[in-house]
Amino acid sequence: MGSKYFDIRTLPGFAFVAMVTFFLLYLPIAALVAYAFNAGSSISDWEGFSFRWFASAWQNTAVQDAAMRSLVIAVVASTIATAAATTAALATTRTNAYRGLTFKYAFINTPLMVPEIVTAVALLIVFSRVKIWTGYSGLGYLIAAHTAFCIPFAYLPIRARLESMDSSLERAAQDLYATPWMTFRRVTMPLLRPGIIAGFMLAFVISLDDVVITEFVKSGGQDTLPTYMLGQLRRETTPEVNAIATVFLALSVLLVTAFFFINRRKA
Amino acid sequence: MTWKVKAATAVIAMMALAGPAAAEGELNIYNWGDYTSPELIKKFEDTYKVKVTITDYDSNDTALAKVRAGGHGFDIVVPSANYVPIWIKEGLLLEARPDQMENFKNVDERWVNVPWDEGRHYTVPWQWGLSGIGVNSKVYGGDINTSAIFLDPPAELVGKINVEPEMTDVLFATIKYFGGEWCTDDKELLKKVRDKLLEAKPKWLAMDYSVTEKLPAGDYSAVYYWNGAIMRSRLKNPDIKFGYPKEGYPLFMDSVAILKDAKNVDNAKLFMNFIMDPENAALISSFAKYANGIKGSQQFMPADMQTAPELVIPAEFEKAGQFLLACPPEVADLYARIWTDISK
Amino acid sequence: MATAREVSDRAARRDVRDRWLLSAPALIVIFFAAIGPLFVMLAYSFMAKGDYGDVKFGQFSLDGWFSVFLQRDIFDDTITLADAHLSIFWRSVRLSVITTVLTIALGFPTAYFIATRPRHTREIWVFLVTIPFWTNLLIRTFAMQEVIRNEGILNTLLIRLGIIAQPLQIMYTDAAILFGMVYVYLPLMVLPLYASMEKLDFRLVEAGYDLYAGRLQVLRRVIFPLVKPGVIAGSILVFIPSLGAYVIPRVLGGGKNMMLGNLIEMQFGAGRNWPLGAAISITLMAIVMVALLFYVRNTARSGAGHG
Repeated sequence: MGSKYFDIRTLPGFAFVAMVTFFLLYLPIAALVAYAFNAGSSISDWEGFSFRWFASAWQNTAVQDAAMRSLVIAVVASTIATAAATTAALATTRTNAYRGLTFKYAFINTPLMVPEIVTAVALLIVFSRVKIWTGYSGLGYLIAAHTAFCIPFAYLPIRARLESMDSSLERAAQDLYATPWMTFRRVTMPLLRPGIIAGFMLAFVISLDDVVITEFVKSGGQDTLPTYMLGQLRRETTPEVNAIATVFLALSVLLVTAFFFINRRKA
Repeated sequence: MTWKVKAATAVIAMMALAGPAAAEGELNIYNWGDYTSPELIKKFEDTYKVKVTITDYDSNDTALAKVRAGGHGFDIVVPSANYVPIWIKEGLLLEARPDQMENFKNVDERWVNVPWDEGRHYTVPWQWGLSGIGVNSKVYGGDINTSAIFLDPPAELVGKINVEPEMTDVLFATIKYFGGEWCTDDKELLKKVRDKLLEAKPKWLAMDYSVTEKLPAGDYSAVYYWNGAIMRSRLKNPDIKFGYPKEGYPLFMDSVAILKDAKNVDNAKLFMNFIMDPENAALISSFAKYANGIKGSQQFMPADMQTAPELVIPAEFEKAGQFLLACPPEVADLYARIWTDISK
Repeated sequence: MATAREVSDRAARRDVRDRWLLSAPALIVIFFAAIGPLFVMLAYSFMAKGDYGDVKFGQFSLDGWFSVFLQRDIFDDTITLADAHLSIFWRSVRLSVITTVLTIALGFPTAYFIATRPRHTREIWVFLVTIPFWTNLLIRTFAMQEVIRNEGILNTLLIRLGIIAQPLQIMYTDAAILFGMVYVYLPLMVLPLYASMEKLDFRLVEAGYDLYAGRLQVLRRVIFPLVKPGVIAGSILVFIPSLGAYVIPRVLGGGKNMMLGNLIEMQFGAGRNWPLGAAISITLMAIVMVALLFYVRNTARSGAGHG
């Protein structure tokens, strides 16, 4: 489209700013990862290459517990959230407007609009009282809170997928006297699967990353990896925190990459 | 659909894995940040096969608010002397009777009949120390035995000071700075105290908690902070010097208490008895660099702690140190409001 | 005819009922673990504060709301504006606005750059923006701390280059919070901007040049109006979390330079004033709602203009 001597698409300086932006986006992360391999115990002086901080993080039982807890919460919360988001998406797409449709819409997306700190203190108020009433102070509260804010994230890609789906196949199935359940299982579900997987992964990463709500809802001894790190930042920081962050980072990148390719295949 | 079954199995398996680990012997300690010796915890875990979790707090008020809110899940808390009576009055502590425990004989007589817990029915000594001045002598070479370092900071230190976020210690130093007495309700004097703090606060860099790293690294050049943390800073950076505010400085003792709604009372009691053993008490002190209240623990501590300028109070400053007690409610309320005014 | 209509009516009613049943799990979870508690918090903001945190249950009081904006002097009981709170409100709004502007300044050219790449490389660039976006917020804040602290990369570099002799004190200042927020929220600006630029019809740009418009004019008169929805969406996505930021000021602000999020947290912790904390939270939410309304109205208008 553009000509050789005057590319209408180019604006002077924009490419430079873009390069600066990418540099700025990656410089801090690169530094963080680099110091995870520092042999010394400083996060500012380089004393040679080593894996010792990865080893020490690996052997740290507090880190192990927090990581395990993070995973359990993320798996359970994002599974429930994805299931709930899938049925909700089925209920709010491919239909004529009905009473309450806009309401559902707004309701499901509200957790995205409310500042996290506000939700966090509201949950603190309610859950601390429920904890006293019921005497139960297990992981259930964290899972419930995570599920709630994961639902809109899971909902978005599933709904997008549903809306772009051709309904003629399902109609054909119904014409062939398939029951609604069979139509759903044999036709809708397979078509919807990429959306569901994308939704699950989004929810999973969101749950894994949460700091603020977890910090306010957790009971004693319920640190997740992010809240554990938040606690560590206020103490003497050694490259062990960098090492934990690096592993965490690698996990996120892995998930995002998978997400990227799943979406790509779909398109 | 098999992947679903697999996923479900995996979830159940993970929950099952997470479950039993939580069901065995546990102990949840809620303590000041950077204050609990990992070695001590390791030894306790190995001795009693109990899994210990430590959660940090940064001030007595934070701890009180969190526990008061309920559903916290902690077993042990370590409040300062002047807060212990509040915890007891609010019905938050268990009368664990540590005075009847086996190792109680090791507690130094000086710390048995203390005003905040007469005869030690609730609490066991953890560590005691004082709030003082730490200054990087490369940045400022003048007199550092004064609260003026953070209340009227010299030009070299403006914008480089960190002050501990603990209400009573800061208010005490400021009241003393104006010649008042602790628990005074003299409004004229207190107005001066508030105004001075309001004036000084913009000259501070932070009211934060990571002194042992940031003071030696040069992020802070001066601190009003607890002596043990300043000693740890000095061990990393010999330029750090310690000062005793001659106007007056607060002494503190933090004590271990068991919460009334603790889920692991037996383990908590084991822990109480455990830390009254001189060898274990020495582990606490060797890590955080504060004195403890256990007789015979010194022989297990590093030699440099016997001579450290942060820990051995010079005779000339001995009188300036004072233990803070809980003030009458109306005075305490007044102080809390001054503090809110300042920390907003 | 009438019966057929009845049948279809009944089917429609059943369909709506089924749709309610299907959405019930999501609605219930969100109600109990996200929206419902907000109403409880609203109620708490009208109760008297407990002595050591919590509230005196059922005891009505307007003190919480009173102290959001006003304060009674401890010593002479005069009532003045709560300048401490107002200055935190002001700092939060100001820093959030500056963050938004800076992310546009960096994000606009970046998004444009990506949108003008050939299709197959575009995805790679977008992917590169997405990675930091999905990286834990805390990790990115921590990474920023590594860069700007006195012994950090930035100061070390500047000193080595001989530009400064003493390290710049960036940590624990408003600038640190700003650095952190721009860094953390930048992808939230680039992504919606890119989404709107990707659809940009370059024939319009060409037409602009054909009509002898200069580059600046094309940018201002042609490109910008076309991608305005993206700019607004990005601004909202950056502004709202900036306003409620908690982790970034806590880590980079050193406990002294508070933003609204930290002020709220303080009331539930050391401040021991839950009603006040609840009232500030609701005020924060109100500001966010106003920003969102502004967004909805703006997109509705620009949508109508182009549709």
